[in-house]
Amino acid sequence: MEYFVQQLINGVTLGSIYGLIAIGYTMVYGIIGMINFAHGDIFMIGAFAALIVIVGLGAIGIGAAGALILVALLGAMLIASVYGWALERVAYRPLRGSFRLAALISAIGMSIFLQNFVQLSQGARVKPLQPMIDGGFEVMRKGDFTVNLSYMQILIVTSTVMLMTAFSLLIAKTSIGRSQRACEQDMKMAALLGLDVNRTISLTFVMGASLAAVAGMMFLLYYGVIDFFIGFLAGVKAFTAAVLGGIGSLPGAMLGGLLIGLIETFWSGYFTVEYKDVAAFSILVLVLIFRPTGLLGRPEVEKV
Amino acid sequence: MAAAELQNRAKDAVIAGLVALALTVPIIGFRTSSAPGGLAIDLRLLDAALVALAVAAGHFLVNTYRASREGRGQRQESHAAASLRLKRITHGIGAAALAFAVLLPVMPFADRYLLDIGILVLTYVMLGWGLNIVVGLAGLLDLGYVAFYAVGAYSYALIAAHFDWSFWACLPLAGLFAAFFGVILGFPVLRLRGDYLAIVTLGFGEIIRIILLNWYEFTGGPDGLSRIPRPDFFGLEFSRSSRDGETFHQFFGLDYSSIHRIIFLYYLILILALVTNLFTLRIRKLPVGRAWEALREDEIASRSLGVNPTNTKLTAFAIGAMFGGFAGAFFATRQGFISPESFTFIESAVILAIVVLGGMGSQVGIVIAALALIGGTELFRELAEFRMLAFGAAMVAIMVWKPRGLLSNREPTVKLPPKPGDGP
Amino acid sequence: MTQPLLSVEHLTMRFGGLVAVDDVSFTAENRQITSIIGPNGAGKTTVFNCLTGFYKPTVGRLLLTSDAGEQFLERMEDFRIAQKAGVARTFQNIRLFPAMSVLENLLVAQHNELMRASVWSLAGLLGLKRYRTAEAAAVERGRYWLEHIGLIDRADAPAGDLPYGDQRRLEIARAMCSNPCLLCLDEPAAGLNPRETLLLNTLLRFIRDEHGVGVLLIEHDMSMVMEISDHIVVLDYGQKIAEGDPAAVRADPAVIRAYLGEDEEAEA
Repeated sequence: MEYFVQQLINGVTLGSIYGLIAIGYTMVYGIIGMINFAHGDIFMIGAFAALIVIVGLGAIGIGAAGALILVALLGAMLIASVYGWALERVAYRPLRGSFRLAALISAIGMSIFLQNFVQLSQGARVKPLQPMIDGGFEVMRKGDFTVNLSYMQILIVTSTVMLMTAFSLLIAKTSIGRSQRACEQDMKMAALLGLDVNRTISLTFVMGASLAAVAGMMFLLYYGVIDFFIGFLAGVKAFTAAVLGGIGSLPGAMLGGLLIGLIETFWSGYFTVEYKDVAAFSILVLVLIFRPTGLLGRPEVEKV
Repeated sequence: MAAAELQNRAKDAVIAGLVALALTVPIIGFRTSSAPGGLAIDLRLLDAALVALAVAAGHFLVNTYRASREGRGQRQESHAAASLRLKRITHGIGAAALAFAVLLPVMPFADRYLLDIGILVLTYVMLGWGLNIVVGLAGLLDLGYVAFYAVGAYSYALIAAHFDWSFWACLPLAGLFAAFFGVILGFPVLRLRGDYLAIVTLGFGEIIRIILLNWYEFTGGPDGLSRIPRPDFFGLEFSRSSRDGETFHQFFGLDYSSIHRIIFLYYLILILALVTNLFTLRIRKLPVGRAWEALREDEIASRSLGVNPTNTKLTAFAIGAMFGGFAGAFFATRQGFISPESFTFIESAVILAIVVLGGMGSQVGIVIAALALIGGTELFRELAEFRMLAFGAAMVAIMVWKPRGLLSNREPTVKLPPKPGDGP
Repeated sequence: MTQPLLSVEHLTMRFGGLVAVDDVSFTAENRQITSIIGPNGAGKTTVFNCLTGFYKPTVGRLLLTSDAGEQFLERMEDFRIAQKAGVARTFQNIRLFPAMSVLENLLVAQHNELMRASVWSLAGLLGLKRYRTAEAAAVERGRYWLEHIGLIDRADAPAGDLPYGDQRRLEIARAMCSNPCLLCLDEPAAGLNPRETLLLNTLLRFIRDEHGVGVLLIEHDMSMVMEISDHIVVLDYGQKIAEGDPAAVRADPAVIRAYLGEDEEAEA
């Protein structure tokens, strides 16, 4: 029982990180109908940006954990946003009228480029970080086994919930959100009505990138170590989460993220660790075969 | 050329440079490095600035080039004339490449190094031609083609080791296994749309790799399989001496040289690749080949004409997989050793890039793309670090510049013959 | 009394809460041109999609009676309907294979015959005479239709390069190459000028008389409909409001009411 609860806590935490990344995938897919293959690498860049800010500020003597985290968060979001914006401008916008495969190849190329860019700039070795938020408290205990809930885990889940709420409000209530929803529905019409479609799309990428950056920083603080390759696996899993929840649906992305996080954690906890990625990929395959619209998605009827 | 235009272009370049600066300063400018107690920061702001400057300069140059092309005015070629010219160029390049490939081993400058590169390029050409059936002809986005390459390699290795059959006996079996996997993997997913199919096939590729990595008892896990039998020339071994029977050099009265085996391997892969090519050219003209292209162009219209989409797509998938399997068998026998490291997602991406960059459906285009991407990066090994970086950038650049690929000219599979009984 | 070629019985199509087609029944005879007309959104294309298997009807029976016997279209998959029942269609937004040549488009329509002749490509791969003969025959059938639609000079050109009117006619020729017994045309006159519409009428009459198929047609161009139809079915808001020959339908008060505010003669 206790073991179960611990896996549950771990799974929800991991799931929150996946959910934040998944939102970026689902928003971009919703608006321009393409999979932003390089989104996972934006997450990775966010993690690196956070690391650099923390180490940099630490080097000039700032040590307060709260300040470091706050500045690193803002810095990571800013830097990742610029990358996200540039990504769309350079690799996707020129191909917007072209056929599907062209944009996908361009995205894959960008993904390879970003991974190697970071590898060359920062070195291929893994980058460790001293834990900044230590400790937590016991939830329950039975015999030798204690179920711990760390402060870091609380931070991750609560900030995810807050961001989710803020985002949903943004999309539903503000004009930016309205523009985005309009573009999702019918881009040509939105353009004809005077909406700046280019700006809306860029904004979508920026928003997705900022959330991915938050996820990146959380990942950095939680696991304490990052490298240039974390984007690939996290990206595929987050995309699986977006599809599972229903592509195009924000709450779906979050739900999907949680489910994937839980499945992965429980699988490694109760079965094998080696095959945990197989579990995630298999979920992707199964969902796409049996329920491609996902849990919360709307069914698409193709006009003949 | 107005000064205002120049000014605008300069302004754009500066903006591009500033954006690049915003990107390079954080990641290049502040390099984290290992230090006692954690990480330290090495300031590399000059590097960051230089890269940004290069971006600005590049932006300026590209725009200048574009403007000059527009200014000169496009040569007014009719569509038909342009197609004809492209067709002639394509055929010319194809014939030249074929001649070069056949004659390479006998050329004076051909050494082992060059032949090895040749074998590598030809392997990717074959893989490209195989994937072309799936992606170029049938329009199915497969990001997990490496899985069939792996199945071919591993099944060859395992069969050859356990049953001690010759290369020529094991080769068809390797292809068969790969085709079988193609059908299993393909059946549940082929009705998925474009991007989704791509991701699912990527997932399959990764699943296969993880299984190969972890199923130690069967596949040797991360250690892989070694002591894979080397190829022989119809019974004649390519070694200095042999326990049973003659060796190759003994039979032909030559001095032993290790290059004999390399030359044999080179021609082997050349033949395998050419078979793939000829098969493709042939099957395009058959109803199933046309059905592939029809499905690619418009699935709904194809269905309305009675084309069975599942069977047709599965056939493409299975045949493409089969050729991937053949290539895998070759790879296994050439290396003598295989491990899951050779079958990562990057391989699938490279093969897909070769197909798309070359111009989907264009056999010659794929050859050029393979030469450029594989041969090119091999020859510039000194800059090995920047290889993948340049590779990724090239993928983006070529897609933005020519989304249809370098050589995308489609020839009809059948032409209307003159009416029988009509005079010219 | 012989069975009609097509008998639509109580066809209903529901999308969630929306009822697109509501208990529609009508017949279409062989060697006749039957037009389905009605204001926009009346459910005409939905009926087509049910007939050709792109939608699965919620309720209803779609009985096709031909030399091949009786077929229940509501149970069949789209490609099987084309393959086995012999129903061919064209689309509202032309769906050609743009990168393939005009002739190749016509050959794809003969896919199943050619597949049989090539014994799943084996005879083709081996270059056997059996297949070569079959392919030559298929090309000749293509030539026949190209001559009748006036595109013989552009046989090897990419279909995507053709002007709009030619593309429309090619799509019809392609449908005919699949040797159907029922030809369904979705707004074939859309975007055509009066001269092209006349050519289309001639083509359709030719198809009806020389090839003995039934033609089912959705159209908005009223002059064309009245000119060419043997039988008309009128839909409005998913329901059938009239059925009969052109003179009767034209005078029907329900039809006039449905079209109130619209010109009875559509601008060409």
